[in-house]
Amino acid sequence: MHKGKGMKFVGDSRISAERKPNVPKDYSEYPGRTEAFWPNFLLKEWLVGAVFLAGFLTLTLAHPSPLEGVADPTNAAYIPLPDWYFLFLYELLKYEFASGDWTILGILVLPGIAFGGLLLAPFLDNGPGRRPHQRPIAVGMMILGLASVMWLTYESAAHVDWESRAEANKPIPASDVEIDTEDPGYAIYENSCLQCHGDDLQGGGAAPALIGTEHSAEEIATIAVEGIGSMPPEQFQGSDEELQQLVDFIVSVNEQAE
Amino acid sequence: MLQKIYDWIDDRIDITPIWRDIADHEVPEHVNPAHHFSAFVYCFGGLTFFVVVIQILSGMFLTMYYVPDIENAWKSVYYLQTEVAHGQIVRGMHHWGASVVIVMLLLHTLRVFFQGAYKKPRELNWIVGVLIFFIMLGLGFTGYLLPWDNKAFFATQVGLEIAEQVPFIGTQLKTLLSGDPSIVGAQTLTRFFAIHVFFLPAALFGLMAAHFILIRRQGISGPL
Ligand code: HEM
Repeated sequence: MHKGKGMKFVGDSRISAERKPNVPKDYSEYPGRTEAFWPNFLLKEWLVGAVFLAGFLTLTLAHPSPLEGVADPTNAAYIPLPDWYFLFLYELLKYEFASGDWTILGILVLPGIAFGGLLLAPFLDNGPGRRPHQRPIAVGMMILGLASVMWLTYESAAHVDWESRAEANKPIPASDVEIDTEDPGYAIYENSCLQCHGDDLQGGGAAPALIGTEHSAEEIATIAVEGIGSMPPEQFQGSDEELQQLVDFIVSVNEQAE
Repeated sequence: MLQKIYDWIDDRIDITPIWRDIADHEVPEHVNPAHHFSAFVYCFGGLTFFVVVIQILSGMFLTMYYVPDIENAWKSVYYLQTEVAHGQIVRGMHHWGASVVIVMLLLHTLRVFFQGAYKKPRELNWIVGVLIFFIMLGLGFTGYLLPWDNKAFFATQVGLEIAEQVPFIGTQLKTLLSGDPSIVGAQTLTRFFAIHVFFLPAALFGLMAAHFILIRRQGISGPL
């Protein structure tokens, strides 16, 4: 930078009146095939970004983001689950040595040691060597930590039936649907189905919503008598005429909800 | 024309040195995937930044529809998802981006770790990085509640119960986050919203600025 006497400024500002040309430095004297970040390197690197973006957009298009039914604090049967990257912490708290009287160990001590070690890694592993085999303890701890996190995540995720969770928690805009309690089918619904499928057909902890069902009228009739999946048979016990009224009622609520 | 506009601005605020400071730095051969394919591991930091940009942009569009109150939050997300043109995609990008950013952060951290790139003189930047990681997990935790569906509500309830078990400050911590010592409700949602869109991003931007300034100061670590 130019300093001292003879400096010229733009107006009364402190901007130098001398222009500098906007040219990149010359990197040809640097070791190896060094190049300028802008524009040389970026002109190639945008390709990596483009490939990444294509993959990312494919993911979002192929898997629409999930949305469950609106939060219902009274739903006592719901089994909570955090997002996948918190599963390992959640699973940790199920172990005996990390729950009950030992909760502090699970929520503070163990994660504290792991993340504290990560935070202070440069000071714990402070030798000069950078290669992994020159610092076996640090590398060993990291591999141990990674393996435990992966194991805990696997243990937690493997016991969840993701498909039936999604099925049982489909989003239904509740406000649109009015249940006609005068309908002759409603009384039958109330006796046979309401206990599990809810008073607005919204579903519950043990059973999916009947609004937005993919089953046809005949299928609904069959399911009411024979059951399906974890729903036991003979939930409906009555005449064929009553069965027809029940199915008509469920179908009519579905038509209204569309 | 463009050149004239540039000169006009340059004449007034001397932009060239600033621009050269930002744009002009060396890319050594050992980090350039064009020369050594294995150098793709050096892309993870840049890709993390890319996903952060996606998160910021998609998040800004989400707030054009999202309403942070317990009556309307779920409905606004449902509406966005089903009625708004491309709403499904914008929400999808934010939803999947939240997971992808964790994956990229992990890969970037592992690259730095296994190369021992955090050693002197880069200890401070590693600490900044781990703090960024914590901020990201915080963004994940607070963002999860916002759609106000069942999984959001119950996961947050569990999370807050865990916070409550912290010795001495547990109840205060829970109240600070959720606005009430026992209810997860309207206050919780507005607080999580504020934390998710104002507090944590502000901290993230500060830390990211520090991260990049340190990288420029120190240069990338040499080949192993
Ligand atoms: C928003 C999150 C982050 C972004 C955008 C980011 C971005 C970057 C970029 C672009 C670089 C240049 C080299 C490369 O791309 O690999 C870098 C280097 C570095 N990052 Fe990050 N990073 C983030 C998080 C982290 C985390 C979580 C850590 C550690 C726990 C970390 C530690 C470091 C260190 C120590 C360097 C210097 C490495 C060297 O000189 O070889 N960063 N970061």
